[in-house]
Amino acid sequence: MSQMREKLENTNEVVFTAEFPSLDGGGMAKVEKNAARLAPWFVGVNATDNPAAHAHASNTASAIAMKMHGIEPIMQIVCRDKNRLAIQADMMGAALHGIDNISLLTGDDVTAGDEPESRRVFDIDSTQAINIARIITTGKYLSGRKIEPAPDFYISAVENPAAPPFDYRIERALKKYRAGAKYLQLQICYHPDRLEKFCAGVAKIAPDLKLIPTIVLVKSSKPMSFMNDKVPGIDIPQDTINRVSSAADQTEEAYKLTVELAKHAMTLPSVRGLHVTDFRHDDSLERFMYDLGQKPRN
Amino acid sequence: MLKKLLPFVEHVIKKPVWDCRMCGQCVLHSTGMTCPMTCPKTLRNGPCGGVRENGNCEVIPDMPCVWLKAYDRKVFLPLPTVWKDHFNELRPPVDMRLQGSSSWINLVTKRDQQTPAGWSTTDGAH
Repeated sequence: MSQMREKLENTNEVVFTAEFPSLDGGGMAKVEKNAARLAPWFVGVNATDNPAAHAHASNTASAIAMKMHGIEPIMQIVCRDKNRLAIQADMMGAALHGIDNISLLTGDDVTAGDEPESRRVFDIDSTQAINIARIITTGKYLSGRKIEPAPDFYISAVENPAAPPFDYRIERALKKYRAGAKYLQLQICYHPDRLEKFCAGVAKIAPDLKLIPTIVLVKSSKPMSFMNDKVPGIDIPQDTINRVSSAADQTEEAYKLTVELAKHAMTLPSVRGLHVTDFRHDDSLERFMYDLGQKPRN
Repeated sequence: MLKKLLPFVEHVIKKPVWDCRMCGQCVLHSTGMTCPMTCPKTLRNGPCGGVRENGNCEVIPDMPCVWLKAYDRKVFLPLPTVWKDHFNELRPPVDMRLQGSSSWINLVTKRDQQTPAGWSTTDGAH
């Protein structure tokens, strides 16, 4: 059984998730190395699907490799590169290998990546994809063709709590919940007030929908400025960037800020855990987890 | 004859007003009179997470997000309540076979309401 499902549905434990580094070269040795680093802390780890519109080892292949190395994958499927046939094939491929956690996303546009000349597909959108995953759990494809036995997916999605139109983001979360998502991993958010409003709104209209805000570990103001300038949908207040850039010890100040954001997020309604990203080459993960009161699993 | 003439008439009227893309399964009434097919990702169920701080599109940075316009218009335009109520319904995947055909004919014949046999929703939408 999916530990993500077990922990989120049957316990009150705080659930931490992470992002598995994209796989290019390095074979299974690279998978093993990263799995060893992540396993002590995370219940589920995202197997990404061509993140930021850059080609890598496929979502399904990565998820299988992670599973082989003791990591529970949350397999992402984005709508940018595949039509509805290929998306259902991804879902069934996951089911074939006992991968229950699937997360459905719209996906960054091809213009965000290094092959902007590609055809963008978007045959279906993320909410339709969530609904199709739910339909598959009832034992049929979109066409109505039977699947026996039906896969038992634990379906999730993502949402951006801090991008316009703010009020509508809450309604959209409900829409994804109704389509079949049990929890949402949220986009990086440096506006605690917006996150607060979003979580309160979701708790009110979709109380069973669980939220996992994202926290990104950074060492200086440089990646913050990069996200602010280059990643559509992420806005970081200039004051927040200045707080880190003007500090005598940027690394320490960035860390303090991250812990503050994380602790605040964990107090919000419907929040059941945190998604921790971008700690490659970052030695602060352990300290961060201990500071949040966590201990290594097993 | 009508099958050939109507798509032409529909396009002549709807292209200048809504930048109609002739998907053949018009949902304008439920999307704040804003065509979701003009979203570069052709999203029919709301905006992606890439909407910029100024409300513009991730893909075309100097264009306002189509769904931001749709939502504002849904809120502020004096549209029938029943249309507004449809805003949050789960719209099914586009039937690519209807591209270029007249949504008016498809509305009358209810062809635009046909969905794949396995499609169902939990919110009561077709």
